[in-house]
Amino acid sequence: MFKKILIANRGEIAVRVIRACRELGIQSVAVYSEVDRASLHVRKADEAYHIGPPAATESYLNIDKILDAARRSGADAIHPGYGFLSENSRFAHACASAGIKFIGPTAASMEMMGSKTRARQHMEKANIPFVPGTSRGLESPEEAARVAERIGYPVMLKAAAGGGGKGMRLVHAPEQLASALASAQSEAQRAFGDNEVYIEKAIINPRHIEMQVLADEHGNTVHLGERECSIQRRHQKVLEESPSLMVDPDMRRRMGEVAVRVAQAAGYTNAGTIEFLVDQHKNFYFLEMNTRLQVEHPVTELTTGLDLVHLQIRIAAGEKLPFTQDDIHLRGHAIECRIYAEDPDNDFFPSPGKITLLLAPSGPGIRRDSGIYEGWTVPIEYDPLLAKLIGYGSDRAQATSRLVRALNEYFVGGIKTNISLFRRILNDEEFHEGRLDTGYLDRLLARPAAHQPIDAKNAEVAAIAAGLFAVLDPATLAQNNGSAGSEAHETANWKKTARAESLRE
Amino acid sequence: MTYDVTIEGKNYRLELNHPEGRWECRLDGRAIEIDAILARRDVLSIIIAGKAYEIKRERTVTDMHLWVGSVRYAAQVRDPRSLRSRASADDGKGPRKLIAPMPGKVVRVLVKENAEVDAGQGLLVLEAMKMQNEIKSPKKGVVRKMVATEGASVSAGDVLAVVE
Repeated sequence: MFKKILIANRGEIAVRVIRACRELGIQSVAVYSEVDRASLHVRKADEAYHIGPPAATESYLNIDKILDAARRSGADAIHPGYGFLSENSRFAHACASAGIKFIGPTAASMEMMGSKTRARQHMEKANIPFVPGTSRGLESPEEAARVAERIGYPVMLKAAAGGGGKGMRLVHAPEQLASALASAQSEAQRAFGDNEVYIEKAIINPRHIEMQVLADEHGNTVHLGERECSIQRRHQKVLEESPSLMVDPDMRRRMGEVAVRVAQAAGYTNAGTIEFLVDQHKNFYFLEMNTRLQVEHPVTELTTGLDLVHLQIRIAAGEKLPFTQDDIHLRGHAIECRIYAEDPDNDFFPSPGKITLLLAPSGPGIRRDSGIYEGWTVPIEYDPLLAKLIGYGSDRAQATSRLVRALNEYFVGGIKTNISLFRRILNDEEFHEGRLDTGYLDRLLARPAAHQPIDAKNAEVAAIAAGLFAVLDPATLAQNNGSAGSEAHETANWKKTARAESLRE
Repeated sequence: MTYDVTIEGKNYRLELNHPEGRWECRLDGRAIEIDAILARRDVLSIIIAGKAYEIKRERTVTDMHLWVGSVRYAAQVRDPRSLRSRASADDGKGPRKLIAPMPGKVVRVLVKENAEVDAGQGLLVLEAMKMQNEIKSPKKGVVRKMVATEGASVSAGDVLAVVE
């Protein structure tokens, strides 16, 4: 087993992996950029190394700096988390060359799955069902037109190196095709440094359902059931659950078998996820493979009772999977809400800043994977994911009601969060009935929010509370001051002055 | 103590007294039986005629909101007696704090302590999300205190300087 693991990431996922290390008796090493000195993962780790300025390209994406920190700390393995370098095959390769175990698949598997066109070519050989279209980049607008004619409109143009909706265009009619191709290619070039774009038949309002797989380095591969990830905004997942209401045991078995075949065709090891598009008739098509731990892995952990990060580490250390497919049983229902620092009342505009008040939910069936704390300032440089709130219950209705209860306990003050969006989704009729597809959230947001009328009684309570606060807790702006170091004394004085001033008033 | 309170645009006159550990409360002249404790900074537990409420307060640079359950109410509180002193401060007499309107990084400090400045004169430059913004003096006067230092990161609401 490893003695020391470096976590090449930040935020909630770094904290998640550090916790697993602690549970396994492994030393953990955090890395941090200049603006992350005070971040939670640095506080929780056994060791921490500064790796550069705030820009990710000069810190969390810099392979040399990460490997240098690994060497200095004497780490014998690196966990990449998700995002950043997690799906970078050059990084996996560099770790191997440096004699440090990369906790994930081999560079070769990542390369095979990293390009969507290359993945499609391999899946074609392995006889995996995927959405009709090309498995190679388009050479010309004429070729695009020929293929589109053959598979039928609407069609989707996609960047081979793509992700997160970049370099993607939905085309309804032939006359839009040439300009859509040109703009998808230039967007792909800008976003990924690669302008390869391919074409596939567009499945309108599909479900997005993915299968978790685990493979050890001794040829054993299992699947851990599905996650329903259809609730998305701009191709970014917002809420995930397991199991999916659409998937019955027979469909789960068939999807699981295909997922295991995909992983085996790629020579895959460690934890990975096979994404499928599912149409209204329950036909499922291979979409892509994510060669890393997913953000939404906790819902699978709750329904299978397994710890995926423990298993990732054990697999990387050369251990065999301690169970077979027949030992995997799904139990209960889990739903995850991704809590982002963004303003749902203002077009989801990012909302970095200082967290002045944090009240965290707990209680039965609630898991919270968080990267924040009260008094911490959410930096402006990175992803707005603050925390994940996961509700678990013996069935979907109980998981939902526990989450709603926990969301009402959850309070993040000082910055805006999307907590209110989840109240809306979890109280929505279509959600309850499980009528989900990738267009669901856009439809929900297009409807005006049921305006909560100002309750006269509660407004009076607020009025009384306003006065009580003025008496009991006369807050001043200076109290929000978070200056540190040599200015701390100065700040304290200003606070005192300000308090005195407010008392005078 | 008497307060003029505004909740979502509606005005209330609130009288609060706290003799011998009891609360006496009159809202627009109406006596209301309450019990209240401050559970922690920005969190009140209030019991009104047997009904229990947890109230959270959120303050930003410009405004205050109170949360009753999962509903957010814009709130303003004024002490009628202090109207005059408030007004005089706003008239430009007395010290005025320069508050950071957003989180960001101080890229330049443009004046030193004790410098005389005009109203609207730039005192420092704050950068947030790759935009540079000049933070201007709220009044004509002397920079009594320059709390901000170049290169420092600040949060919204932090005091940057004091001009008197």
